[in-house]
Amino acid sequence: MELLNKDKQIVLRVQNLKKYFPIRRGFFQKIAGWVKAVDDVSFEIEQGKTLGLVGESGCGKTTVARLILKLLEPDHGKIIFRGSDIGEFTEKDMRPIRKEIQIVFQDPFGSLNPRMTTGLSIEEGLRILGIKRGRKRKERLEKLLKMVGMSPDSADRYPHEFSGGQRQRICIARALSVDPSLVVCDEPISALDVSIQAQIINLLKDLQDRLGLSYLFISHDLNVVSYLCSTISVMYKGQIMESAPAEELFENPCHPYTMSLLSAIPDPEPGIKREIELVEPDLSDSLITSNGCNFQGRCSIEEPRCLEEKIGFEKVGEKHFVRCWKAAKK
Amino acid sequence: MNIDEKGFNQDFQFEAPMAPKRTRLQEFWLLFRQNRLAILGLFIFILFFCCAIMGLFITSGPDPLFDPAMIRLQEKLRPPLAKPNLDSLRREEIPCLGFYLMGTDDLGRDVFARMLQGAWVSLTVGFVAVGISVLIGIFMGGVAGYFGQHHIRVDHILMTILLISGAGLVMAHSIRFGAVLLCLTLAYIFYSFFTQNRSGEKSVPSWAKVFRKSAVSVDTLIMRIVDIMLCFPSFFLILTVVALLPASIYNIMIVIGLTSWMGTTRFVRAEFLSLREQDFVAAVKTLGASNFRIIFRHMMPNAIAPVLVSATIGIATAILTEAGLSFLGFGVPPPHATWGNILSDGKNFIFDAPWLTFIPGIAILIVVLSFNLFGEGLRDVLNPKLRERH
Repeated sequence: MELLNKDKQIVLRVQNLKKYFPIRRGFFQKIAGWVKAVDDVSFEIEQGKTLGLVGESGCGKTTVARLILKLLEPDHGKIIFRGSDIGEFTEKDMRPIRKEIQIVFQDPFGSLNPRMTTGLSIEEGLRILGIKRGRKRKERLEKLLKMVGMSPDSADRYPHEFSGGQRQRICIARALSVDPSLVVCDEPISALDVSIQAQIINLLKDLQDRLGLSYLFISHDLNVVSYLCSTISVMYKGQIMESAPAEELFENPCHPYTMSLLSAIPDPEPGIKREIELVEPDLSDSLITSNGCNFQGRCSIEEPRCLEEKIGFEKVGEKHFVRCWKAAKK
Repeated sequence: MNIDEKGFNQDFQFEAPMAPKRTRLQEFWLLFRQNRLAILGLFIFILFFCCAIMGLFITSGPDPLFDPAMIRLQEKLRPPLAKPNLDSLRREEIPCLGFYLMGTDDLGRDVFARMLQGAWVSLTVGFVAVGISVLIGIFMGGVAGYFGQHHIRVDHILMTILLISGAGLVMAHSIRFGAVLLCLTLAYIFYSFFTQNRSGEKSVPSWAKVFRKSAVSVDTLIMRIVDIMLCFPSFFLILTVVALLPASIYNIMIVIGLTSWMGTTRFVRAEFLSLREQDFVAAVKTLGASNFRIIFRHMMPNAIAPVLVSATIGIATAILTEAGLSFLGFGVPPPHATWGNILSDGKNFIFDAPWLTFIPGIAILIVVLSFNLFGEGLRDVLNPKLRERH
């Protein structure tokens, strides 16, 4: 199997992805400006690994997920999945590839059809795989439900009979019903309470070990991400600010935004003073950016140069990139 | 990679047992039962349905039990429950109950038999007209809601206008002009088809690019058509159309259906707009389901509730419209009885024989009221905000 040869295999490579949404104003709906929801995002996900995408709300994480799933059309850039650029695919071209990339949504209440039993919802995927109705499909359904820790007789029940955590398990089962190779988890645990969060994370990790899945794990919780991900990308205002292997990012954060995110993690030990003060949140139109660094105005190490120049990626260590010239110099 | 290859016999912890299973129908009935008026409406509706079906069988055929067309001039304008004068009637003219349950009209026809026959007309008009309007409404609303953001090109609109006017001209017997228009349209369709396949947009000359621009979105187009249709006073529109068409019950059903789909379109569009953004629709899309399946298997069941409600009330309106048309003499042609034309026949004798107007009038009132009550009960039950939370 692919997993056994040790050489890494890239499942998904995203290059310079951009998505701008027009702001329309006035009677004639003239375009008054652009929201740069995703502005030049690049990353890659290896087979069987997890990439964590972290950032505050509204920074474009979900837009990235929707672009990868082709629920939105990218304006610019490439989405290379297993060697082919699906960014340019039409809806018709996408059909056979769709099942390879699946998603688990944030809201477990909105992501299941309220008028369908969970069994029918999951079977939708099996139908698309071409498994005919009958004993075989039923066995497969039961196997999927067992895999996510649900009893097989929950197949006849409607979503409103389940709790949030159970629904999220069903959503995972539905995503896995088509044998995907990449699962995009769009904040799958943020709507759940803490004890259930741990269960779902363990489930995801377990499934990854068994099935060799790759995840794009989107979250705003660095703690969770550090547990699950091999690589972490920190996003801010549509751009990736810092990208590094998980351990490296925690030991040696370079970007001031990453540092402030890390300092926001509550420490289990009382009495330890925070080294870095939190930056005040930017309450202005957070996605309309001017020249220069996107982090301007909130940065603790800001200099005049940051307001003028477009800041590119600097290499800090192996696989460790940061979008800050000052941090890179240190 | 494949799930089958791995053994998944080991179980995780299973979730605790859940509340007793209740199907949606049971739950629906539990809620519906609490609304007394709606139950009354449903009861009358079922009664009316049975009467209409029964009426169809016992008033039609070669030798019907109740003959609505049997004329007994010597027995005219007998009040309800009157016994027939057995001496003056032939054997086959004697009503089968032994008395006139609802009296007779000015030609001595049994009003009860005519009411039974009219019930079937009202029922079919109600259901068929609403069926047509709901089908059109769902289709238009579904297209506007789901494909609303797609754009229609200028040339497509022009071609549609040409095609329709060409077909119209051919039908209006000016075949030469019509044929020219139709040929033009066909030629353009072939032209655009071939140029699209060869080299895309590049081969189009610059002056022709005007035609390739998008004119309106599908949503705008459909909703403006709806607005235009709503501007007509629909009863007079129906009157005009019915006056032009040959009088027949089917024409009336179709015309009522074609002039009452706008409400459903708006409902369905509104539902689709909100459903389209929901996560479960996106999830089904990422699974790789076709648009057709997404619309009809996944979205429609969620959008159908308000349509059902408006359809129930629509049936009442259609029955009223048919009665109104028949009353004005534009409805179902005379030998066939409907509640509207019984009412209309009776209005000349309103002081001598008030039952001729009161009986169909009250029947219409009760049926329409029961449909409205039932519809409102349905709306209360199907409204998720009024449901208890689980």
